[in-house]
Amino acid sequence: MQIGIPTETADNDKRVSGTPTSVGQFIKFGFSVVVEKGAGAKASIDDALYEQAGASLVEGDDVWQSDIILKVNEPSDEEVNKIKEGATLISFIWPAKNEELMNKLNARKINVLAMDAVPRISRAQAVDALSSMAGITGYRAVIEASHEFGRFFVGQITAAGKVKPAKVLVIGAGVAGLAAIGTANSLGAIVRAFDTRPEVKEQIESMGAEFLEVDLEEESGSGDGYAQVMSEEYIKAEMALFLEQAKEVDIIISTAAIPGKPAPKLIEEEMVEAMATGSVIVDLAAASGGNCELTVAGEMVEKHGVKIIGYTDFASRLPGQASLMYGNNIANLFKLLSKEKNGEIDINFEDEVLRGMTVCKEGEITYPPPPIKVSAAPSKPAAAPAKIERLEDKKMSPVVKNSLIGAGALLFLWVGSVAPLEFLTHMTVFVLSVIVGYHIIWNVTAALHTPLMSVTNAISGIIVVGALLQISSGQFWIVVVAFIATLIATINIAGGFYVTRRMLEMFRK
Amino acid sequence: MLEGFIAAAYIVSAILFIMSLAGLSNQESARPGVYYGMIGMALALVATIANPAVDSYLPIIIAMAIGGAIGITVAHRVAMTEMPELVAILHSFVGLAAVMVGFNTHFDHNELVGAAQKVHSTEIYLGVFIGAITFTGSVIAFMKLRGSVTSAPLTLPHRHLLNLALVIACILMMFYYVAAGHGAGTVVALVVMTLIAFFIGWHMIMAIGGADMPVVISMLNSYSGWAAAAAGFMLGNDLLIVTGALVGSSGAILSYIMCRAMNRSFISVIAGGFGSDGAVIAGGEEEEQGEIQEVTAEEVAEMLRESDEVIITPGYGMAVAQAQHTVHEILVKLREKGVNVRFAIHPVAGRLPGHMDVLLAEAKVPYDVVLEMDEIDDDFPQTQTVLVIGANDTVNPSANTDPNSPIAGMPVLSVWNAENVVVFKRSMNAGYAGVQNPLFFHDNTHMIFGDAKDTCDKILQAI
Repeated sequence: MQIGIPTETADNDKRVSGTPTSVGQFIKFGFSVVVEKGAGAKASIDDALYEQAGASLVEGDDVWQSDIILKVNEPSDEEVNKIKEGATLISFIWPAKNEELMNKLNARKINVLAMDAVPRISRAQAVDALSSMAGITGYRAVIEASHEFGRFFVGQITAAGKVKPAKVLVIGAGVAGLAAIGTANSLGAIVRAFDTRPEVKEQIESMGAEFLEVDLEEESGSGDGYAQVMSEEYIKAEMALFLEQAKEVDIIISTAAIPGKPAPKLIEEEMVEAMATGSVIVDLAAASGGNCELTVAGEMVEKHGVKIIGYTDFASRLPGQASLMYGNNIANLFKLLSKEKNGEIDINFEDEVLRGMTVCKEGEITYPPPPIKVSAAPSKPAAAPAKIERLEDKKMSPVVKNSLIGAGALLFLWVGSVAPLEFLTHMTVFVLSVIVGYHIIWNVTAALHTPLMSVTNAISGIIVVGALLQISSGQFWIVVVAFIATLIATINIAGGFYVTRRMLEMFRK
Repeated sequence: MLEGFIAAAYIVSAILFIMSLAGLSNQESARPGVYYGMIGMALALVATIANPAVDSYLPIIIAMAIGGAIGITVAHRVAMTEMPELVAILHSFVGLAAVMVGFNTHFDHNELVGAAQKVHSTEIYLGVFIGAITFTGSVIAFMKLRGSVTSAPLTLPHRHLLNLALVIACILMMFYYVAAGHGAGTVVALVVMTLIAFFIGWHMIMAIGGADMPVVISMLNSYSGWAAAAAGFMLGNDLLIVTGALVGSSGAILSYIMCRAMNRSFISVIAGGFGSDGAVIAGGEEEEQGEIQEVTAEEVAEMLRESDEVIITPGYGMAVAQAQHTVHEILVKLREKGVNVRFAIHPVAGRLPGHMDVLLAEAKVPYDVVLEMDEIDDDFPQTQTVLVIGANDTVNPSANTDPNSPIAGMPVLSVWNAENVVVFKRSMNAGYAGVQNPLFFHDNTHMIFGDAKDTCDKILQAI
């Protein structure tokens, strides 16, 4: 089948839906790929690179004749009409708010996979374009903030005086929030973060921020990995916290969005006023109304001396990175779509990732998919991990141990009191040798355990000494037996040493 | 004066033996270590022969010439995969020699009286007992390793009771033997006990399954040491006692290390019967297997080429297929391509402690890329491809997850944390422990069936 990668037209988006890397994988999977000339230009990907990866370059409309169309933004009406009937479209669709688009696509019997509808399960992470775009957005949010912020992020003590570190508050610790925390932290700022879901505390702290808490017990995990709308009382406590923070921090990055609903208003005008002049607010929820009352979507405005950034195209502002990640997400999707790697795709509804993403299939609208619950809410008691006993855990009880030692000592004292002195001398030698042996053998490296065994084979051939002493006894049978004993003990000595030497010669760096 | 020389020579020999074992703490010092051992042995032999009591030189020369020739020939020819067999048969020689020396001492010792006689009789009796068990036990271990006797455990009914009864019989006879001094019946007691001990040795090892061989061999190693030490006691020879004690503790520690590596107590290994219990449990869980993914040698080669970090975990299967040389060539080719290849060795991989290390060393794999489980286990998550060649139980995740598994709690190599795992297997049969391995059904596990050597050859060509 042929895959087509057209130029993005919407809102001056600089991204492109495929990169030479992803093209290379499609070719390997047996697909042919056509790329519209100049598709990657805004993301700084030359046409030549696509050609090198095995794609052919085509002009304008030809790309739309492909069996599979890869896009970043949802297609315009004009584009919908260019797509072949029965073809497959893979793109961001936002089916919840684009019902009309869905109907149009469906009318043309186009199979549609929405990259924004990837189920939030671990297996699907490789395909999750929302997460990869959110990561980029979080990063870019900090960069935009620092661009507008007139000072350093990192605190310094210089010859020209002391510079205080910037304080950053991140609201919402999803992928974008966490990426923002990490970026701000690595620029040297003091980062605090707030999220209504207490279970993300660890993630926040692991990225280097302080987790702010509201003194209220309330659950907010919804089971699908997103936050829910909170109760009034909670919101009041939250607002008080934000007001207090607004007086202290220099930069607020808010990422609170609830899928399918307008973004919650978390930053009121009063809080903006409370912030110091020159502070910056980055509102990543601008597209769905903004977390700040004063946000203007797509623009940067200055209110009460505070710059409020409401851009909606953060990911597109890092087009190379965004295209690469989006391309890889789609390439990963093809691992599910084309299991056979034979250049054909199969939208298999048995696979819950594909089922979740598919919005239209063969003339039927299949959105919304049946729900999959995944995220482990803190209320659910985690299954106790199966306890597996290691033997070291089971120690002999001290009573048994001590009585055994005691009994042994008594027995030995008794033997000592009746046995001849010579025996005790031998016993001393024996006990000391065991102790020496114990310490030496623990030092032997595991790799040399086989040579250890063969060398002990050899030296235990020392028993030949006993046979040698008996071989001269003069009694026929004793001599015969001693002869055989000498013989076999010598096999041990000779064989053991020889094979040990042979093995050790092999151990080379 | 001569006596002084002999005693001094023995002390020097003992020290040389200790230095020889101490040398094994690393590969560099091990080589000179063997020469210390040889010098020590030569010195001990010279000193013994110099003893005025030893005067029949001809039989000594003949016996040692024949024995030496056999020993060197065998040691020269033995393949590294057959090391377990060689070690086992050498143990049996020590056991047999101890029995013989014990009998000779019985017939040929000075008249002793009182406590001295009792101690001496006890020493003879115990020396012969340990020697006899070591002898038949090692012979059976040897035959099991060769495959002349099936490696499946033999479980006679009431085998624990039987062993116990036999041991008690031996103890009772010991009281008689010691008390009777030089009476006529003592020979009978000694002979009967020897036969019983032969049987115990045979029976004990027959009951132990193939996977426990590393423990069995280390245990017999230990016994052969104690047998030599007992001979030292009966002959009043300190050199024998020192050497026997060194070997005995060495074997005991190895057994302990092996048992710990399998998370099993020494007693449970010796009690035997492992593997048979496991098979039953595995049979019951058969339903919850998943699907396996098969790959071709070419795909594996591609995976390897595209990896930065590769870890190979060999097991007994590699030894059986003699694949170590091909594995080495794969290592060389991948290293040329800048892939970092290392080996992860589980302590009980193979049939002998350190067996895999010797095989890889034979194939000229540098020992600094051959790592122990503890050293490398944390690196699996950063590894792109893991090749599991002929290992099964040592990479079984159910040891960590399934408390009912026969191998529960055994430390295993966590290969499943790597990006891709390729398992080389001859068929879907369970491992020696008879336990099904859920690793094979993981998403990131790929199976490649067939003889490990053929498979490795194909991969080598495809790289």
